[in-house]
Amino acid sequence: MISFNHVTKKYNENTTAVNDVNFTVEQGKIVVLLGPSGCGKTTLLRMVNRLEPISNGEIIIDNENSMDLNAIELRRKIGYVIQSNGLFPNMTIEENVMIVPDLLGWSKKEKRERFIYLMKLIGLDAEDYRKRYPHEMSGGQQQRIGVVRALAADPPVMLMDEPFGALDPIIREKIQDEFLEIQKTVKKTILFVSHDIDEALKMADKIMLLRDGEIMQFDTPSEMLAHPKNEFVSQFFGKDRAIKSLSLHTVKNLQEVIGLARIDKSIKNTKTINVHQDLRNTLSLLMNQEADQVVVTNDQGEKMGSITIDLVQKYLHFEIKGKLSVSQKG
Amino acid sequence: MEEWLRFLEVNSPRILELTIDHAVLVTLAIIVALLIGVPLGIYLTTNEYLAGTILQVASITLTIPSIALFGVMIPIFSLINQGIGFLPAFVALVLYSQLPIIRNTYTAIKNINPEMRDAAIGMGMKTHQRLLRVEIPNALPVIMAGVRTSVVLNIGIAVIAAYIGAGGLGVLITQGISRGDNYLIISGSLAVALLAVIADGILLTIQKHFTAKGLVD
Repeated sequence: MISFNHVTKKYNENTTAVNDVNFTVEQGKIVVLLGPSGCGKTTLLRMVNRLEPISNGEIIIDNENSMDLNAIELRRKIGYVIQSNGLFPNMTIEENVMIVPDLLGWSKKEKRERFIYLMKLIGLDAEDYRKRYPHEMSGGQQQRIGVVRALAADPPVMLMDEPFGALDPIIREKIQDEFLEIQKTVKKTILFVSHDIDEALKMADKIMLLRDGEIMQFDTPSEMLAHPKNEFVSQFFGKDRAIKSLSLHTVKNLQEVIGLARIDKSIKNTKTINVHQDLRNTLSLLMNQEADQVVVTNDQGEKMGSITIDLVQKYLHFEIKGKLSVSQKG
Repeated sequence: MEEWLRFLEVNSPRILELTIDHAVLVTLAIIVALLIGVPLGIYLTTNEYLAGTILQVASITLTIPSIALFGVMIPIFSLINQGIGFLPAFVALVLYSQLPIIRNTYTAIKNINPEMRDAAIGMGMKTHQRLLRVEIPNALPVIMAGVRTSVVLNIGIAVIAAYIGAGGLGVLITQGISRGDNYLIISGSLAVALLAVIADGILLTIQKHFTAKGLVD
């Protein structure tokens, strides 16, 4: 758990980067700090491991004030992932991943076992990659290594500063999915900086939207989209936030509420989609293809029914529009 | 050709001896220059104000003609009765080596990717751990380039040290000039050139050996 109590960051008398911020990242949850550049989100993150000094207020990590610990010890207890992965080109993959365990004085055997476990977690062959160097790997692989390096000493808390920002969209999405899978097992308390709205909606248990160092809104993704607290929030998520909110719902949710349509056998060449796919991608697929339906399949590949644009629209009305009507002006 | 062979037959032990003197003088000067220059270069990355001044002073030192610098050393070291010989030459060579070594160390450490440094600090490395494990290994090729420049430069400059009685291959050349003996001049010059090429080759091998494999594409 990370709690921010009246945290303020001033560079001098006139420049306030972060102003009296109060919030808590619950145990095992991901909070995404979102906002335009210069809003103080990275500063806020870097205050947790004291890369930036705190001007006022306190940060409590698992019931311990961050200032009570020696900065070096504190940092070794916090996983840290940065955008450009920050791998050290002079070290092998194993040396890179095992930096914090090495600093903590783990034995060779412990380190080797942990390395094998971590590589398995990201689906890379430990033996194959052990002696390789970062420059021999693709950007996506390097970033995966950057993530497991932060997990190496099994810290309870992780800080991720736009970790997937430098990757191309396809790889980014894949690694986001992988990471969410890993998070299901490791259940870390994570503070995650992003400037990408879609990424925030996907990764966050709760989003904190910041502007000029002030909290604009701190809510779950669906609440944020449905009930933006003010003009800035609704503008930030944009006019298409109803469509964005579709990414928080899956075909399965729709099926449970209004059911799927019959498969129209007269339509040829229809594409299929997995029942766990989100509705935003489903809608894109529907609009990109000529046919009026997409066949929904379950994990075993069996056809369950079909989905149409009409159905998505109907669901939108039921589930989302109803909530959205409160703040329709934005 | 026969005259050459006869010359070498008579003089080769002396040439070898002077080459060794020359190499020892330069080697000792470089070792001391490294011990001063590398830590200083690293320190300067944390002190911008001092960095400007020191690099300026080092640049100016390099522009002083060597014969003048050796000349200046004589009255200074006379105070401790070491006016001519090894010591003043050695000190002058240390001064000449400083610019390439300090500047390359400073630049190399300065150019370490700030994100790499950030990651090192963020993961809880202490300053010395960060320097030894991350910054110096990654800066090594550039630092070594500075060392190699200094060595080649010093092998040339040390020739002039013969004028203040420091020995070395300069002795052959100065004697050759005063006696009008071309054999002495040419053999001295060739030995200097050969020494420079060999020294650079040795340093390149050392550099390759100590550069982390991950930095070699």
